[in-house]
This record gives sequence, structure tokens and C-alpha cells, in this order.
Amino acid sequence: MHFSQYHTDGFYDELFLSDGQPRPEAAPLIAQINALSSKDLRRRQRAAELAMFQQGITFSVYGDRQGHEKIIPFDILPRIITGQTWAVLERGLKQRILALNTFIHDIYHDQNILRDGVIPRELVLSSACYLPACQGLTPPKNTWAHIAGIDLVRDEQGMFYVLEDNVRCPSGISYVLENRTMQKRTFPRAFEAMRVRPVSNYPNQLYQMLRRLSSEADPTVVVLTPGMYNSAYFEHAFLAQQMGVFLAEGADLTVSGGYVWLKTTRGLKKVDVIYRRIDDIFLDPVAFRPDSLLGVAGLMDCYRRGTVALANAPGTGVADDKAIYAYVPAMIRYYLGEEAIIPNVPTYLCSDDAQRQYVLDNLETLVVKAVNLSGGYGMLIGPKSTAEERNTFAEAIRTNPRDYIAQPTLSLSRAPTLTPEGIEGRHVDFRPYVLSSDEVFVLPGGLTRVALVKGSLVVNSSQGGGSKDTWILED
Amino acid sequence: MLSRVANAVYWMSRYLERADNVARFIHVNIHLMLDLGLEHDNGRWAPLVAASGDDEDFRRRYDDHNEKNVLHFLTFDEENPNSILSCIHRARENARTVREILSSDLWMAINDVHHLTQKQARRRKIGDLQDFYLSIRRAGYVFTGLLEDTMTHGEAWHFADLGRMLERADKTARILDVKYFLLLPSLEYFDSPYDAVEWSAVLKSVSAFEMYLKQHHTINYKNVADFLIFHPSFPRSILRCTHQAARSLHSIVAATASDTDIEQSMSTLRSFLADATIESVLNHGMHEFIDTFQTHSNTLDRDISQTFFA
Repeated sequence: MHFSQYHTDGFYDELFLSDGQPRPEAAPLIAQINALSSKDLRRRQRAAELAMFQQGITFSVYGDRQGHEKIIPFDILPRIITGQTWAVLERGLKQRILALNTFIHDIYHDQNILRDGVIPRELVLSSACYLPACQGLTPPKNTWAHIAGIDLVRDEQGMFYVLEDNVRCPSGISYVLENRTMQKRTFPRAFEAMRVRPVSNYPNQLYQMLRRLSSEADPTVVVLTPGMYNSAYFEHAFLAQQMGVFLAEGADLTVSGGYVWLKTTRGLKKVDVIYRRIDDIFLDPVAFRPDSLLGVAGLMDCYRRGTVALANAPGTGVADDKAIYAYVPAMIRYYLGEEAIIPNVPTYLCSDDAQRQYVLDNLETLVVKAVNLSGGYGMLIGPKSTAEERNTFAEAIRTNPRDYIAQPTLSLSRAPTLTPEGIEGRHVDFRPYVLSSDEVFVLPGGLTRVALVKGSLVVNSSQGGGSKDTWILED
Repeated sequence: MLSRVANAVYWMSRYLERADNVARFIHVNIHLMLDLGLEHDNGRWAPLVAASGDDEDFRRRYDDHNEKNVLHFLTFDEENPNSILSCIHRARENARTVREILSSDLWMAINDVHHLTQKQARRRKIGDLQDFYLSIRRAGYVFTGLLEDTMTHGEAWHFADLGRMLERADKTARILDVKYFLLLPSLEYFDSPYDAVEWSAVLKSVSAFEMYLKQHHTINYKNVADFLIFHPSFPRSILRCTHQAARSLHSIVAATASDTDIEQSMSTLRSFLADATIESVLNHGMHEFIDTFQTHSNTLDRDISQTFFA
């Protein structure tokens, strides 16, 4: 009886209503797990880890010349979301991504939202991710954020909030697909019994979306990667492989006569669509950072001429700024005349004098984030911080207030997780993926990240986080 | 396909073949030492280093050619670019850069042998490595089989095949050269029982022993050399490897509509083999023959790089 000693400890639990009382939708899974011996359960965990290792779903440990490699920990106990809950989330995500795309387009054209004073002009134009070079551009299908990963969290009541919008190059989708493959092997019977919605169609959806960005009948699509030393390289290769398209590095591409070309053994081949997994400023050393070795000289010029489509569009990052995030509910109201279906976490902008003072006075209870960093970097978790760390952040906030926001420390929901001490609750978040062009597709699934360290709220893989499969159930 | 990808596939395949061959040479040498009762004769390990072509590097970093040094140098030495460890590592790095064009089964096989090698190397103990050398050979067969059965025989396949065949021809040539040139103590030694044991070992190292006996029944240096150089269909004979490499090269040239200069260097290599007989080879000297073969082969490799990978 693995769950006989399981305690929810007063947190919202993804699989349990209360101690000893599984949520109805999770009951078949809990029953199957309870029927296994501890030894069998651990054997399944090890088998899943070994399979990932063998498949090279790994990242390199730095400082090890000939490759000590680790897998990103995978927890075999899935997280379950009912069809009913998902239907609301799906509508909320579509609403949000529509507003974000409209916002980006507005910012690079008429700036109505700034003129009407809904968002402070200064806040937007001072964003490090705002690219004046994109002013007046209209990307294919009038879409900027083609691929988005929206981070959601749940509070102690089980209410979902948007924590972050990732509309630059969100990663993690390869884990969603690989975790599912692993999970089906681990608990085949429960999986079968529970009518879990499939995720395996994602690469095909992505490919169809990308090819529609070109007017060519049979466009050449490539995935542009910084190369094999990038921490997400596995994902870049995986997506190229699953779509059957070229995986290119900057040096594989060249610009000539207003077009982008691939250097192949058969000479040059014209490229129509680039799913780029490198940041805006590294895309083109002529247009942005001259020292970039990752990009392609002249790429932006081709993009401006419309001879090549880029996904996501350069300049999209302006909607990814954590200070602008605070205004997304206002954007939804402004552009769509609706209230946000999934609310934001209350956010204090350090650029505002009164809000900054509140943040500085309450560092011990707040989470502070740098507006343009991700991956858990540049973050202060007040209740877990030392006085010295708080001083460092206070200093940084006073020096560059525009670069910081703060949010209350949420009591994140937990999910049962296999730990060395047995099955215990660990905090989780959730990143669903949204594809947009002329239509919007929300993958019925997503990446559940789990903070494996007891009590920790940090789910990032760089900081001791792991992942779980997420089962979205049919209605 | 991308030039970078063609380059990576070609080298991935070459490095795996190289690792396989190094494992074969070592494994057979261990048996040879046992057969001859020469386990403690350090002179018998030196030719292995010579066969790898890295004797200069070895002498710079090791004091003598004893078993421990030689095995470490050829197997786990990270600084030796042609050690099994380095070859497998580089093969896997190349495979990783072209992860998306390899079948998942093929990638997992390469990944597997990489982890196996890393694990062995971490033990840092040259004890009984025979099982390890056998696993490397087996990995070679698995790689060949997966390449054959899980990938379209298109351009990428042909680049892999080309790399593998050129590497294999080179290694068969080297082992012949070492046996003939370096192991030869005196003329009277020819056809003595010891000589037969050594030639058997050479045959075994390229898995040719049984196939050779079916044709010739007894060991004789001339027949062995003839078999390993000129056999038209034995998978590791120099002639057969060269022919297969030529076929793949031709397919690549046809598919890429490249200029045909590249096929000129291949023709040179093939005519060189076609014009030779075992008699002419022995009359003019095996070492000279192998030397010229390798010069032509290196020219070809350089031209392949310039034509397809630049």
C-alpha cells in the first residue's frame, strides 16, 4: 500500500482530494500502483531512466571533457487533468495567445494600445526584447508568436494562474513526447483504462503550421540550432527528425540574391521557412550582434523582403517581458473585450515607485524575477532567501528597477512523486504548448515540471527539477 | 543533404570502423602471444602501435612498448586520437551532430557502445579486456546491420558506406604491412610453423581465417596476401572494399551531379590495384605496394573532403 502513508499536508494535491482519498479521475492509476510491490515500482522507475539514458535524452555535465552525461529526472507517476478542466484551460490559452499576437502586431505598427494609455509607452519601448528594426513589418499569416509555451501554476484552492508567457523559443516539448513514450511502457494498463488524449501528433501539427508560412507549394523547412553544445540540442534534433526536415546550424546557411540558401552536397538549396531556436539578437550579425557566430549574415534582410519566414518572428520577445506580462489581462480586455479566462499572478512592477517600495519592504515574502531571464535564473524566493541575497537583490532593484518584478510566493499544488523516501508530495507547475498561424492549436498535454527537492518551489531542470507526463483525459 | 551532414556521416562511419579494427588487432595479438608462449615478450606489442601509425606519439608519452602501455594507448588513451575510446567518442559526437538523419535504432546503438566504452575506461584497470574487445567488434556488426536495414540507401547511406570501406581497406593494408614488414625476422622464418601461426592470426583479425581455409586449406604467406589484397568478394579484402567504395562514390556523384574529377582519383586507385598481381607485389616488395596504395587512398580522401564537405 504505497499511498497509505501519503499525506497532502494541506496543499492542493493533483491526485488526491485528501489523505487516503484519491480524486475520482486518478482512482484507476492509484489502484494499479497500490497493487505493485515497492520493488516493482522502483524497477519501473529505473527502467524508464535507463531507456532515456540509452536514447541519449541527456545533457552534458560541464567540466567533464569526455562526456559524463545525465538525464533530466523523469518521475513515473503522471499528473492528471480532467477533460472538463482542460476545456477551460484550452479556451484560456487560445484567448491569451490571440491577445498576445494582436499586441505584438500593434506594437510594431500603430501602437494604439500605447496611445490609449492602456500600457505605459515607456515600459514597452524600454523592453530589451523590443526590436525597433521590426517596426512596420508584417510576418506571414500576420502571426508573431507561432510557438508558445505558457507556464501555469495552481494555488492551494486548485485555481490555475498564468505564471509566465514563453513566446521566444520555448523548449521542453521533446520531453512531453518522450515522457509519454516512457509512460506508456511504465503503466500500460492504467493508461489504457483512462482514455488519455494523445500528444504524438505535435510534430505533424508543427510541420503543417510551419509550411503554411510559405506560399511555396512544397516549401523547404529547416530547424536552426546553435549546435550540439546547446542544452536544448537534443530537442532541436528530435523535432527536425520527427518532422523530417533539415537541422541546420548558422554556418550551413548563406544569403545570396535576397534569398536564404542551404549548403548541400548538391549545391545551394533555397530555404523558405526557418524554425529558429536561437535568440533574436544572434540571428543576423549584420542586423544585430556583429559578434554572433550562430546566425546568418543578411537573414533579416531576406525576412524583410518576405523571401523567408521565421518562426517565431523576430521582435516577439516584447510580449515575453515579465513586466509587460502584468498587462496581459488589460490587453485581453482592450483587444478582445473579454476578461482573462486564466488570471495572472498578482505582479508588482519595480519600475513603479509605489510598487517598488512595497517590494523592497516585503522581500522576505515575495518572489522577485528579472524580467528577461528564464530557466530559474535571476530569481529570489523571499521565504527561502538569506539576508545577504535579499540585500543583493534590493541593490539590483534600486539600480535597475525596470529589470525586476515581484509576485507573492504561491503555495503551489503538489503531486505524488517517487522519492528515495517513498511516494511524497512535490510541487509542480505546468507548461502547455500553443501553435498559432491562421488557426490556433493547443496540444492536449504539456510539460509538468516537478521540484524534486523536498519543499522546494523551483522546478527548473538546471536547479534540481524533473518532469512528469501529463494526462489530459477525454471528457 | 547538407555538406556538414555528409562530412559527419562519413567520419562517424570511419571512426566506428577504425575502433572495430583496433579492437580486432589487439584481440588477435593477445591470442597470438598466448599461442607463441610470448606473453612477456614486449617486442611483440610494438607492431600494434606501428600498425596504428601513431608510434611517434606513443614514444613521446610512454617509456616502453610493454603490454600495459600499449593496451592503454590503443584502448583508453584520451590523448591518442586513434584509441578506441577517442574513435568511439568522435563517432558519437559526429552522430550527435546529425542525430536527426540517423534512424533511432542506429543512434541508440552508437550511444550504447559509447556508454560501454566510457564505463570500461572509468575502471582504469587493464585487466581482462577480451570481452570488451569482443563487444566493440559486435558493435561494429550491429552498426553495419542497422545501417543496412534501418536507413534508406540514399546519399547519407552512401557516405557512411564510403567512409567505412575506405577505412577498412586502409586497415587491412596496415595489418598486412605490419606483419610483412615489421614482424619478419629473417627469410628462413618464412613458412615455418611460427610463421603459419602468425599468418593465421592476421587472417583471424579480419575474420578471414575460415573463408581462407575453404579456398586454400593450408596457410601460406603468398596465398594469405593474395586473399587479403585481391579476393574479389571477401568483405575485408582491399580490392573488394575499394570496389564497394567506388560504387558508393559513383552513386553520390550521380545523385549530386558533381563534377567527375573526384572519380578520377578513385580510378587511379582502382587501376593501381587492377594492374598488380600477387607476384608483382612480392617481387617489388609488399611494403612499397602498401605504401603506394595508401598514398592513393589519402589523395582520394582529400578529394572527397574538397568536393563534398567544403
